[in-house]
Amino acid sequence: MSQPNNSVNRRTFLKSSALAGGGLLLSFTFLSAFKKGELSADLEAEDQWYEITGYIKITPDNKIKILNPNPEFGQNVMTSLPMIVAEELEVDWTKIIVEMGPHDNVKLGPQFTGGSNSVRMYWKPLREAGAAARQMLLLGAAQTWNLPVEELTAKAGMIYHEKSGKSGTYGEFASRAATIPIPKGVKLKEAKNFKLVRNSQKNVEGQKIVSGKPLFGIDYKQEGMLIAMIEHPPAFGMKLKSFDATEALKMPGITDVFRQTLYEPGMEQGGFDTRTFNELLVVVGKTTWEVMNARKKLKVSWEPAGETKDIINGRTGKKEVVVPGKLETTSEQRKLMQEYANRPAQQLRKDGDPETAFKNAAQIIERTYNAPFLAHNCMEPMNFFAHVTADKALLVGPLQAPAWTEPLLSKVLGLPADKIEIQMTRMGGGFGRRAYGHYLAEAALISKKVKAPVKLIYTREDDMTYGIYRPMYTATYRAALDANKNLIGFHVKGGGIPEHAIHANRFPAGAVDNYLAEAWEIPSNITIGAFRAPRSNFNAAAEQSFLDELAEAMGKDPIDFRLELLKRAKENPVGKNNEYDADRYAGVLQLVKEKSGWNKEENKKYSRGVAAYFCHNSYAAHVIDFINKDGKPTVERVFSAVDCGIVVNPDAASNMVEGAVIDGIGNALYGALTHKEGAAEQNNFHRYKMIRMNETPRQIDVHFVQNDIDPTGLGEPPFPPVFGAVANALYRATGKRYYDQPYGPQLNSAKRAF
Amino acid sequence: MISLTINNKTYNLDVDPATPLLWVLRDHLDLVGTKYGCGMAQCGACTVHLNGEAVRSCVTRVSQAAGKKVVTIEGLSETNEHPLQKAWLELDVAQCGYCQTGQIMSAAALLRKNSHPTDKDIDAAMAGNICRCGTYLRIREAIHLAADMGKK
Ligand code: FES
Ligand code: FES
Repeated sequence: MSQPNNSVNRRTFLKSSALAGGGLLLSFTFLSAFKKGELSADLEAEDQWYEITGYIKITPDNKIKILNPNPEFGQNVMTSLPMIVAEELEVDWTKIIVEMGPHDNVKLGPQFTGGSNSVRMYWKPLREAGAAARQMLLLGAAQTWNLPVEELTAKAGMIYHEKSGKSGTYGEFASRAATIPIPKGVKLKEAKNFKLVRNSQKNVEGQKIVSGKPLFGIDYKQEGMLIAMIEHPPAFGMKLKSFDATEALKMPGITDVFRQTLYEPGMEQGGFDTRTFNELLVVVGKTTWEVMNARKKLKVSWEPAGETKDIINGRTGKKEVVVPGKLETTSEQRKLMQEYANRPAQQLRKDGDPETAFKNAAQIIERTYNAPFLAHNCMEPMNFFAHVTADKALLVGPLQAPAWTEPLLSKVLGLPADKIEIQMTRMGGGFGRRAYGHYLAEAALISKKVKAPVKLIYTREDDMTYGIYRPMYTATYRAALDANKNLIGFHVKGGGIPEHAIHANRFPAGAVDNYLAEAWEIPSNITIGAFRAPRSNFNAAAEQSFLDELAEAMGKDPIDFRLELLKRAKENPVGKNNEYDADRYAGVLQLVKEKSGWNKEENKKYSRGVAAYFCHNSYAAHVIDFINKDGKPTVERVFSAVDCGIVVNPDAASNMVEGAVIDGIGNALYGALTHKEGAAEQNNFHRYKMIRMNETPRQIDVHFVQNDIDPTGLGEPPFPPVFGAVANALYRATGKRYYDQPYGPQLNSAKRAF
Repeated sequence: MISLTINNKTYNLDVDPATPLLWVLRDHLDLVGTKYGCGMAQCGACTVHLNGEAVRSCVTRVSQAAGKKVVTIEGLSETNEHPLQKAWLELDVAQCGYCQTGQIMSAAALLRKNSHPTDKDIDAAMAGNICRCGTYLRIREAIHLAADMGKK
């Protein structure tokens, strides 16, 4: 603990006064449990930290600390969010101490990583916090010096009074500044005056990462901590019947084996409380390896769970969800999807008169696209630390949305939210998976039961076979062309297990006179969850492949064809609620056309595929070039164009786009999670193929559209169109269209057609 | 009792000789820079050096390491200034960062044998290391950069 002496009373007082405006907060209990390692190095017990807004702390000797509010899962918010604060605060970035903030939604905002929202939702509040803090420091100096605040300027952590030549550090005025109420409406910088934002800064945790410091949840440790694992049923739709732990308990290091109910019957679940199995068979022991070994000695009988019911109170309101009991098999799921595809579906949007357009069409093009479940496969498997006692709970580990999980913990533990402390570690990937907090509830209940600090760890097999997958999708696209090959009608009908992917108000909606979007869904006991650009990650594959084929049928260049449609959508949009901005959409296509040398003779040797997509408020387009190597199409180069508004940290942003490209190529070629009698057929990387270095392109050129639009998000948008660009490039490489993901297995026999 | 030499330090441990070196490092010795990703030699997150060779510590029994020199990421360089670590920082390779210590250990073993690897050499040597975030291009470039640093 880093509390200064006699601080308890003062601290309590000051904590409450802090709510009224800037306050003094002396201690920083977060991370105090990290006994070893670097996370605690910044915490010197003697430092007096004055809090200037919830995000900024300054010591009298001018140490300046900025708290990153949002969970870090590789999108680099630990660097980019504090950069936004620092820009307005006017400080020397190289001297800033950055620290992960505690879970505190009052002071630190929504604290949710997902939906490409981190920079977008914090852009304004962090600039305002930085500007307000700078103003508080200026006022503090003005009071101290007895000078009008207008005559003072702030620069690089210093305050100057030019007329008198007076100067002082921020630290000198921190104690006074902390007593000043946080001012509202302080003028923010114009984009053209940014000094830090838009200039690449290195990852603030880079050094810790390359030297193997304990940054991740799985690295977390406390004195007396036990390791717990859960033996899950072997298949979706199964549950624990009975078990005999006699042999397991004889194994060295094992302290406990027990059954634990996760959610009590009838418990109302939040939208992100998804869990696959409710009756847990828990093994607890001293070390990871001992627990792994003991699991092998369990004698367990499982039984079909049958139909079950959940009460879900999510975004769309409260409803009872019936979870079917059938043990599902992929081939049967496909058949069932075909059946559903032929039935009437729910209409999502209709413009004009699509029925007549298709009736009068000179030519109808119809194609069906399919994609399997995908596992997130975060490199760091699910895990969480919990220490639950009679009156409070501490949870530490990797998660994307503490504010969503806290109410769940409160429910399962019967503790008020203010007795639950959640600390967020760096995450070894998230991709949506760690927005689902069931594993915190599991860890907490296990700790409560064994009355000890516990770290729950999923093995890779546990992690991959648990569910919360990207859903299984299908969609049939139809286009009606008149005798002059004009596009007169467009129809998409999509479905999924258990969710469809259709975004009815997205391109090419708005660009075609007669348009129809429909959807259907098949319930399942295979759990699903958000996966990097939910829904879009399928749509962009299907729709962008279809548009490519359509352009060809119409004798048009695939980029020009899209640009024509976008021109129509801008000048004379069809229907209402078109979600996209046609100019920004066209902008990324034009940029990628230029940067890739789309029509250049020297690029003819490549099999080139293009795709563009809009999702999560941003726009992305890729040109992917394949070549033939050893008789096999091989990805060689990628050109990417992205419009996400102002780019805070350009090099890190490029890194993220490069990652999205690789992730997209990998999943397009290999990603698949299939089932047999309810059991996942892939349980580790020997069966679930991940893209590896030798399968990556030589070059990825990332270009951002330069504009002064407030940031609109980046983590997801570049990902979906990769699938379409890959499919379209493969067509040029092999002469074959690709309708079913993953494409990779279909390539082995592929011959270059032209 | 098993006697181990890790990062030039000697440890005497009372563990089951069949325990994977990975879990001895992580659970018994608090050397958590070596990561768990798959437990079956498929992802490379757990890569360490055993007598200078890159091995997957998740499938290396601790008894196999007895009497040999083990180097983990924590011991790759005393000051954390191995050319690879510097190159990694220079090119800001990491995204989530979880795979990177394993990547660096694989790369270090490669450079020891081949001070100037080609792209092809790198791809071959690094194919056992998964990066879920997709930082492969930067890893490849960083290995080249470290090789150049070594030359100077
Ligand atoms: S954990 Fe050893 S190779 Fe994956
Ligand atoms: S940086 Fe996240 S797995 Fe490699």
